[in-house]
Amino acid sequence: MLPKDDELNRRDFLSLMAASMALAGITGCKATPPEKIVPYVRPPEEVLPGVPLYFATAMPLSGYAMGLIVESREGRPIKAEGNPDHPASLGATDVFAQASLLTLYDPERAQTVTQTGQINTWDGFITDLRPKLERFRVNGEGLRILTESVTSPTFADLMKQVLAAYPGARWHQYEPVNRDNARAGARMTFGRYVDVQYRFEKADVIASLDSDFLTTEPGKLRYAREFARRRKTSPGGTTMNRLFVAESMPTITGAMADHRFPMRSSDVRSFLSGSILEALERSRGRGIVIAGESQPPEVHSLVHEMNQRLGNVGQTVFYSEPVEVNPVEQIQSLRELIEDMKGGRVETLISIGGNPVYNTPADLEFSTHADKVQLRVHHSLYYDETAALSHWHIPETYYLEGWGDARAYDGTASIIQPLINPLYQSKCSCELLSALLGDPTRSSYEIVQGYWKKQHAGADFDDFWTESVRKGVIPNSQVATLTTPALRATPPLQGRESVSSIELNFRPDPSIWDGRWANNAWLQELPKPLTKLVWDNAAILSPATATNLGVHNEDVIEIRNNGRSIECPALVLAGHADQAITIHLGYGHTRSGNIAKQKGFDAYSIRGADSPWTAAGVEVRKTGRRYPLVTTQQHFELEQRHQVQRATAAEFAKNPNFAHEAVHKPAPGETMYPPYANIDYAWGMTVDLSTCIGCNACVIACQAENNIPVVGKDQCANSREMHWLRIDTYMEGDARNPEVFFEPMLCQHCELAPCELVCPVEATSHSSEGINEMTYNRCVGTRYCSNNCPYKVRRFNFYEYAKWDVPQFRMLYNPDVTVRSRGVMEKCTYCVQRINRARITAKDEDRLIREGEVVTACQQVCPAEAIVFGNIADPNSAVSKLKAEPRNYAVLADLNTRPRTTYLAKLTNPNSE
Amino acid sequence: MMREELPEATYTPPLVGPGQTYSTITEKISSIVLSPHTPLEWFAVAGLAFTGVMMLFYSLAYLLVRGIGIWGVNIPIAWGFAIVNFVWWIGIGHAGTLISAILLLMHQAWRQSINRFAEAMTLFAVTCAGLYPLAHLGRPWFFYWLIPYPNTMDLWPQWRSPLVWDVFAISTYLTISFVFWYIGLIPDLATFRDRAQNRFVRLIYGILAMGWRGSARHWHHYETVFVLLAGLATPLVVSVHTVVSLDFTISILPGWHATIFPPYFVAGAIYSGFAMVLTLAIPLRKLYHLEDLITMRHIQNMAKLMLATGMIVAYSYVIEAFTAWYSGSNYEQFTFMNRLLGPYGWLYALLILTNLIVPQALWSARVRGKTLAILAVALSVNVGMWLERFIIVITSLHRDFLPSSWGMYYPTIWDISTFLGTIALFVMLFFIFIRLLPMISVFEMKQIIDKPEVRVE
Amino acid sequence: MKTRSLLYGFLAEFDNPDALKECIRQARKAGFRRIDAYTPFPVEGVAEELGLQHSKVRYFVLFGGIAGALTGWFMQYYSAVFDYPLNIGGRPLNSWPSFVIIVFELTILFGGLSGVFGMLALNGLPKPHHPLFNEPSFDRVTQDRFFFCIEARDPQFDREGTWNFLQGLKPEGVYAVHDLP
Repeated sequence: MLPKDDELNRRDFLSLMAASMALAGITGCKATPPEKIVPYVRPPEEVLPGVPLYFATAMPLSGYAMGLIVESREGRPIKAEGNPDHPASLGATDVFAQASLLTLYDPERAQTVTQTGQINTWDGFITDLRPKLERFRVNGEGLRILTESVTSPTFADLMKQVLAAYPGARWHQYEPVNRDNARAGARMTFGRYVDVQYRFEKADVIASLDSDFLTTEPGKLRYAREFARRRKTSPGGTTMNRLFVAESMPTITGAMADHRFPMRSSDVRSFLSGSILEALERSRGRGIVIAGESQPPEVHSLVHEMNQRLGNVGQTVFYSEPVEVNPVEQIQSLRELIEDMKGGRVETLISIGGNPVYNTPADLEFSTHADKVQLRVHHSLYYDETAALSHWHIPETYYLEGWGDARAYDGTASIIQPLINPLYQSKCSCELLSALLGDPTRSSYEIVQGYWKKQHAGADFDDFWTESVRKGVIPNSQVATLTTPALRATPPLQGRESVSSIELNFRPDPSIWDGRWANNAWLQELPKPLTKLVWDNAAILSPATATNLGVHNEDVIEIRNNGRSIECPALVLAGHADQAITIHLGYGHTRSGNIAKQKGFDAYSIRGADSPWTAAGVEVRKTGRRYPLVTTQQHFELEQRHQVQRATAAEFAKNPNFAHEAVHKPAPGETMYPPYANIDYAWGMTVDLSTCIGCNACVIACQAENNIPVVGKDQCANSREMHWLRIDTYMEGDARNPEVFFEPMLCQHCELAPCELVCPVEATSHSSEGINEMTYNRCVGTRYCSNNCPYKVRRFNFYEYAKWDVPQFRMLYNPDVTVRSRGVMEKCTYCVQRINRARITAKDEDRLIREGEVVTACQQVCPAEAIVFGNIADPNSAVSKLKAEPRNYAVLADLNTRPRTTYLAKLTNPNSE
Repeated sequence: MMREELPEATYTPPLVGPGQTYSTITEKISSIVLSPHTPLEWFAVAGLAFTGVMMLFYSLAYLLVRGIGIWGVNIPIAWGFAIVNFVWWIGIGHAGTLISAILLLMHQAWRQSINRFAEAMTLFAVTCAGLYPLAHLGRPWFFYWLIPYPNTMDLWPQWRSPLVWDVFAISTYLTISFVFWYIGLIPDLATFRDRAQNRFVRLIYGILAMGWRGSARHWHHYETVFVLLAGLATPLVVSVHTVVSLDFTISILPGWHATIFPPYFVAGAIYSGFAMVLTLAIPLRKLYHLEDLITMRHIQNMAKLMLATGMIVAYSYVIEAFTAWYSGSNYEQFTFMNRLLGPYGWLYALLILTNLIVPQALWSARVRGKTLAILAVALSVNVGMWLERFIIVITSLHRDFLPSSWGMYYPTIWDISTFLGTIALFVMLFFIFIRLLPMISVFEMKQIIDKPEVRVE
Repeated sequence: MKTRSLLYGFLAEFDNPDALKECIRQARKAGFRRIDAYTPFPVEGVAEELGLQHSKVRYFVLFGGIAGALTGWFMQYYSAVFDYPLNIGGRPLNSWPSFVIIVFELTILFGGLSGVFGMLALNGLPKPHHPLFNEPSFDRVTQDRFFFCIEARDPQFDREGTWNFLQGLKPEGVYAVHDLP
């Protein structure tokens, strides 16, 4: 009667992995990183134990850079923050940047060069490769290089040299979540490729055709910030923008819409009509029409035409030269490659990044044709599906380990600066290319600096270099914006699919994107927006469609698309378009790590090259089997708890105090207890529900900052997830198209905290500054505090969740935050470690902590500036001003717990007529 | 014996069977213990119980190794079986003290033949109960942090927490109950000392009897302190389950935060306690042929008390519903409706059946005339009272304030094995007790034997 | 003839409480003071016949209880207000309503325990040995016999007189009890 407990097994496995990996590291003749990075025998003078250092760098995602400032403790990067000077970040980050720290220390990353699975060395690879390269110099036919989207100038430069050195060699690009439709659309409209940039802060009316621009666009963080700034409003303040969204799968962008139109992707093309057109017409030059990547080229070109007709171009919509160094329509590029492989015209295939065996459209049958290639070299972070099929696998150096560069959505270039030496025997992509050029020993630093020296020849190069590296951006390196390119005749839209058939939509997963993050436990356990699903993907469909098909949640259905089929559990989601199914990409790995393996279902296996986003007329069959799906939230109704106060902008203008009328709130004086005096500081927080886009960045930032453990699927199934901050999601109204509310829920730091009263050992008590504090090492674990917490924000270590035993993870921990052990309660602390750091500096300088000096992890990461933290004892602090606003209210105020965390009521701006 | 099966209406059974004298009573009770022969039934039951206790130890050991996670508890339902069983066991304990203390103060002669094993039951029930609050801690090895003791950190328990009150209430209750029980045993231990044939047995009982020699002066002090202890135990027993109920009422949770709880819990405790006394007494008097000492009169009196306390509990249910409606609070009303119609509604229905409807049978004299019928009702009440605690703990927690954090609770195999384990522990301790100590107070029986009211015909 | 140990007293055995009470009455009339009765259970009236006054054990209980109450109150007040004051849920440091329960429990605990130990002390128990145990028939005092003892240290005690006096009360038997067997 031993317990079935996969979670334990998984954890055990991890520690075993760690041990074996450490051994592998030793056989690789590499000392373990701490000694290498910070030789405490001779510590580098700038490293002071306990004092964090911050370095600017940039994280490339699908080629596009996001500027970061990374915190380093004793030589270990532990936390990423956005770089305020970087156009694509503005100080915010997305979930991926936050979680990338875990990937850096992932013990399951590929650690040594391998030849057909056997441990080998870089030199071994070079000696094996050199003779072949010699032949290619003479006659380059047969050398192919496959990469993902590339914006890196250095990489481009090297590639140019490679293609020059090997005349017949060809460069292919493929990325599962690519921009082909936009490209084709641009080609149709302008006869050339262009990139589009938007100025959302100038837009009064936004119409999105299946575009999840808050999540998927390369400029999403900037767009989110500009969009959110136009959602904030106080009486007589700025006018709110109005968002129209037509989409099949509910997204956070759709959730922010004032008017949301659930419809099948194939119907979206007919969406721009009636009142929406009028609204756009009324605000000429102050509107944005934006189409999602999933829409066909015709729709993109229609959108280009609309924006021109409405005079938005040059006002809110800008065209620019493509940021990518060699923009292609990638499916086409991949087709050509596979055709040649089939024809035996490919002798050597070097795939740099990516995972073609796993994520190329199934009907192109990459893996079958791969056999015809004599030498297959793969360069990637994990020993993935492609690596298993390759002769050589070269571990990829992570962006925090090696030098590089990349461009942002607007072309701004950043130097990617490493914060730590490579943990494993890995190589940067540029080092690999340099090896192809016959210089295998050249370091990424020499290569990158060498390139920029060429660009910026002159005496002041050193200043230029240090300055760019320090700031994290290279000044005025944006791509040229184009004056409105000439329109061509846009082709008429084709007819629509017959309504009867069911369409299948493929979308990048909000948590693990195209699958590249599949081995990141933080992201796997990050509840996906709206569905709250963790550790899996599912076939998401609307209630009506579910009833038609007679399926319920967790029923395994078989989806058949042009001859191929997968079985996948159904998940019913209110607001999803009828007659449509959405399945997220990136799951169902067979390799590349134990976190990734056997999780979810591989959507690529039925993805077609012709219709990568929307497959019409798929067949759906019930299998009768069931598969357990885990969501961290089961009830989405509001249940008259008045936890979400909301109104339309019009109502708000009429009655600004609406948020206070819903519940009876006891007056401040209404207490039997004498007040405790606050000394200098009274910390408090506001969360603006109007601007919160529910992007989850705060959740994972909190996890990274506070050493919050991951618990695994079966623990989540018993609602034991550990997130200190969760995004409560509520839906109201018609199940076909409900109104959605996001409410970030964290410890409310009640002044009359119910949790403190019932703790028998004084393990949770109140600080003089109003913080509800947990004393972990005093906690005996009665869990009474959690029972008595009306917000249920306390988390308990039912098992030993913290991974003490994995050496890499020990390097990841934030040294300022206790790692909690088994049997201890924990919860949000308002990032008390950050407050204390500020307090120390303030004390050194003999002054009080300044406004804005303390920024909580969730606040810092928020692209929408929805979270504001500060000292409410100071009437001039931003948070005090917000708390004075009429929209400010406390959740469950009628309980008189007096929360220090309050919310600003949600406002929407629907069309009144 | 035949007459006992007649319904009480036609005949009031005596407290002591006919023809019993000082010596026969002494003989009857002490022979159970002192005779070398042990009935096979004893071995059967004790053996089974022992196996169960081993299972309990295994479960607890595994709990210590792996952590509280092996149980079904989660967030929001952070309290599960452990607390349910804790309250259930504590409640069962109460009947013992009630019989030995309160009935003593009320000069109820009929208590004499049942108080001894009722008190023993109290001790063992409280022992079982005490296991749970320790075992359910996240870090059980630090349980002593709930107890005030001088320490370098100058840290103290948090006096406002009901859990600290629990520590004091329950340890006091256990101590006082034990002392009370042991003092009552001393004269009987002396009897055993003087009757024992075997020198070793004589020595053991002699040590335990502390040299008691029945001096009138001793009896004088003895009786005074006995009555005073009873006087102390009476408010104590009320306070204990009041404090247990405060564990819930002090919280702000709808379904827990209710002023009716203290009296409601005390009544429920006595209710379940009498059910357990009957569950033990009816088989025992058959097994050891004690019909002359534990007569139908006792059984019926207890049945009546069970019915009475049962009605108080029923009233509390009604009041709960009323206050939920009258409060006008959305939370309270929702919690109540959720109990009736929510996912655990079927358990609530079962609770009403076993705890309210079945016991009504006791109104009938015919039912009260049949030991087996009474035993059946008692068992039903045992189940019902357990269900009541389950409903209170789980349904209030699983859907509280914010719908986003609502969840479900399912016990794991370890919850169940631990619960069954404590039942086994209880049975085993009890059977060891009846084998080694007088399960009926010898001297108190002699005290009442020639009282007129005892021999009603 | 071997040396005989000191005489403890004469012991008379009865088979019912009434005879015992009668015997006590006679003995007190006769002026005996160093007397005691031994019974299998507390017999109503015996204490009165022996002229015992109220038991002092009640004072043990009273003062024990008071001590418990003071301990409980002081411990909580001192620790919560002086020794380690903490803001717990905004409640005042001296949350006396919350302190009441522990005060009450400690009152009961101390009162009960001091009562019990007081009783044992007053009775001089535990006392493993006592001269009376030398008399084999005294075994039945814990079963079904009632004994009356006039101790040798009684001023009026004289061997023949007292012996005959006891015989005169028609007991089941009279025994001379010695310090040593």
